[in-house]
Amino acid sequence: MNATTAEVESPLAHLSPQQLEELASELDEIRDRTFADLGERDRRYIESMIAMQRRLAVMGRVLLLGARYRPAKIAGTAALSMAKILENMEIGHNVLHGQWDWMNDPQINSSTWDWDTASTAEAWKHSHNYVHHTFTNILGKDKDLGYEIMRIDPQQKWHPVYLAQPVYNLLLAAFFEWGVAVHDLDFEAIRTGRKSKKQIKRELAGIREKAKNQVVKDYIAWPLLSGLAMAALDIGLEARGGRRRRGGVAGALKRALRGGGRSYRAAASANASANVVRNVWAYAIIFCGHFPDQTHTFTPEEVEDESRGGWYVRQLTGAANIEGSPIFHVASGNLGYQVEHHLFPDLPSTRYAEIAPQVKQVCERYGLPYNSGPFSQQLGMVQRTILRLAFPGGEARPKPDPYRGEDHPAL
Amino acid sequence: MAELGAPPNVPKLRRRSLRAVRSLFSPLLPDDYLELINPLWSTRELRGRIERIDQETPEAATVLIRPGFEWSGHRPGQYLRIGVVVDGVHHWRAYSLTSEPGRPDGCISITPKLVEAGKVSPYLVRAARPGDVVRLGGVEGTFVLPEPLPPKLLFISAGSGITPIMSMLRSLHRDGTLDDAVHLHSARSTEGVIFADLLRRLEEAHQGYRLHLRLTGEQGRLAPDDLDRLCPDWRDRHTFLSGPAEMLDAMSARWERDGDSELLHMERFQPVIGGEPGEGEGGTVRFLKSGVEARCESGTPILAGGEEAGATLPFGCRMGICHTCVGRLCKGEVRDLRTGKVHGSEGEMVRTCVNAPEGPIEIAL
Repeated sequence: MNATTAEVESPLAHLSPQQLEELASELDEIRDRTFADLGERDRRYIESMIAMQRRLAVMGRVLLLGARYRPAKIAGTAALSMAKILENMEIGHNVLHGQWDWMNDPQINSSTWDWDTASTAEAWKHSHNYVHHTFTNILGKDKDLGYEIMRIDPQQKWHPVYLAQPVYNLLLAAFFEWGVAVHDLDFEAIRTGRKSKKQIKRELAGIREKAKNQVVKDYIAWPLLSGLAMAALDIGLEARGGRRRRGGVAGALKRALRGGGRSYRAAASANASANVVRNVWAYAIIFCGHFPDQTHTFTPEEVEDESRGGWYVRQLTGAANIEGSPIFHVASGNLGYQVEHHLFPDLPSTRYAEIAPQVKQVCERYGLPYNSGPFSQQLGMVQRTILRLAFPGGEARPKPDPYRGEDHPAL
Repeated sequence: MAELGAPPNVPKLRRRSLRAVRSLFSPLLPDDYLELINPLWSTRELRGRIERIDQETPEAATVLIRPGFEWSGHRPGQYLRIGVVVDGVHHWRAYSLTSEPGRPDGCISITPKLVEAGKVSPYLVRAARPGDVVRLGGVEGTFVLPEPLPPKLLFISAGSGITPIMSMLRSLHRDGTLDDAVHLHSARSTEGVIFADLLRRLEEAHQGYRLHLRLTGEQGRLAPDDLDRLCPDWRDRHTFLSGPAEMLDAMSARWERDGDSELLHMERFQPVIGGEPGEGEGGTVRFLKSGVEARCESGTPILAGGEEAGATLPFGCRMGICHTCVGRLCKGEVRDLRTGKVHGSEGEMVRTCVNAPEGPIEIAL
């Protein structure tokens, strides 16, 4: 195939306004039906998910008090990484979308929730829930399309700075939460003066506060606790052993201080690892949501006077799912159901798997693709695009055919 | 934001030590982890555990609740806001406290009567089990015994209107001050009398407490004209009136005509809000955040109309007390369904549960 993006046929091209209207009412119906069915089972799910995540976090923190012992460090880092991943994705991202607001719970609510990441909940809700979920994949309008620093679509103009994109791609993966926090500020709005000085100041103060809290928690308070616990352990063991060692009390204290210091460093590095693991995972899942080859992008002209049906088609074709096991889906905050999430961003994540077959049917009936692929394939495509588009030129990748159902795999 | 329970009476030391370790748990609170062990330990909001449920009548039950922290007390006659989870959704309602303040066991009680079409009362009367945790909101209400206590009292209650009066009677009984009180209580039938046993025991224990029980199924409703026969000195007594709206209206008219309204205290225990057409013209509501548009017929609150149209809106008491449902009015005017008054200016925070649109409006919800 030798198409440039301009030649990629819009997924909307074959649908009449009448058909789009019917499609919208079919999808609305799926939404209404699912919302009407929400109840005790959903509440129990999110409450036990939150309880499980918190127990996992406690387990990780307690294990990491002994971070100077290798097995404790490995197990503790694993538990804490998993806790941080669940906290950000299946819990934080989804609660902030208002997926659980229907419960009227004062705590599990998008208006009161805060999460363990560098973005303030308020800035996130604006840049993600509003900007990204409304203007999804519209070039120049969806700030998440390349995050204003990457060339992810051949229609984006090339600039020499993109030559460095393979490198800062890796940095972005490792420090994703910081990248997102800075991205939330919206440089374009600042440059064009759409954002007042006061507003910028307030947002910076918000990030500073979040940064401070994370640094204090992960790099000062918990490591200090680990250091103190291990120093106390050393003193206790030495006193109990009754063995006379050099230096008397002063010597014992010095040794304890050294042991404590080692624990401090071990715990701090374990916490740093957990943060990086969480960042890399979040980066991978999120980049697989919109940047694999299958997804369509749109120019502002294409979406002028867009109908509700048109909006649904853009969401449907602008996102791509990741195939995986149930555990994979929980660990990715059910963003492996990116398509369903984009159609119904405030529907509880647990329901995405349930409605996926209905969404596929709609795709089949209206001749639309249902973008999906295994994790390694999707991530591979994303990385290939990032490497290729660091250089000038580039063509749009071929787009998948309309979904034909499980029984008729595409030829 | 959704309604939260009242701030609990947490001992100072405990509050301070929790604050000291806060940074270990940011952005959460130590509370969020302690609640995993015991939900009653929340220092953010008062919660209580249901200790016992006693069926009073086929349709009413007394729910005994142990608050997680020391109960800050209430005045007999006041009501409590209580939050329960029904089918995954948190609901808040107000119920009169039926316990006297300062119970030795530290518990409190409410006695809800079943409303078949309701959400909360079917849960409390039928589904709730000892051990369930509920949220406890603020204590409110001005329907209380005056201080100092007047020498002569008259209680007039009907149906579940007896609940605030029960707290008063229990408190008078405990203080040994139930010296001169007449109680006219109406219920449809014998088995429908809430607290029947207790009332009988009070009668036996206090010579000064005279109970007239009226079974309206057989004897018809208590009329204002019955007062002269049942309690000839009613004009001299501080009177506490609690029951359905028609009874309150009929009785208070009598006080206005022949008595001293200053001595009459009333509790409208079932505020009827909305649902009655004829009040105002209604209108369309545009919910700016959710993008939903709703049509509210005359007498339909903004909240009810919006929910009908599929919007997810914050709500709490649905009777204009808790302010959970407030939204900023951006355009148009609203009618307060409790008073019939039309009000509203741009930027005003309005309670969507008791206000109906008066013509087209826009609200930032």
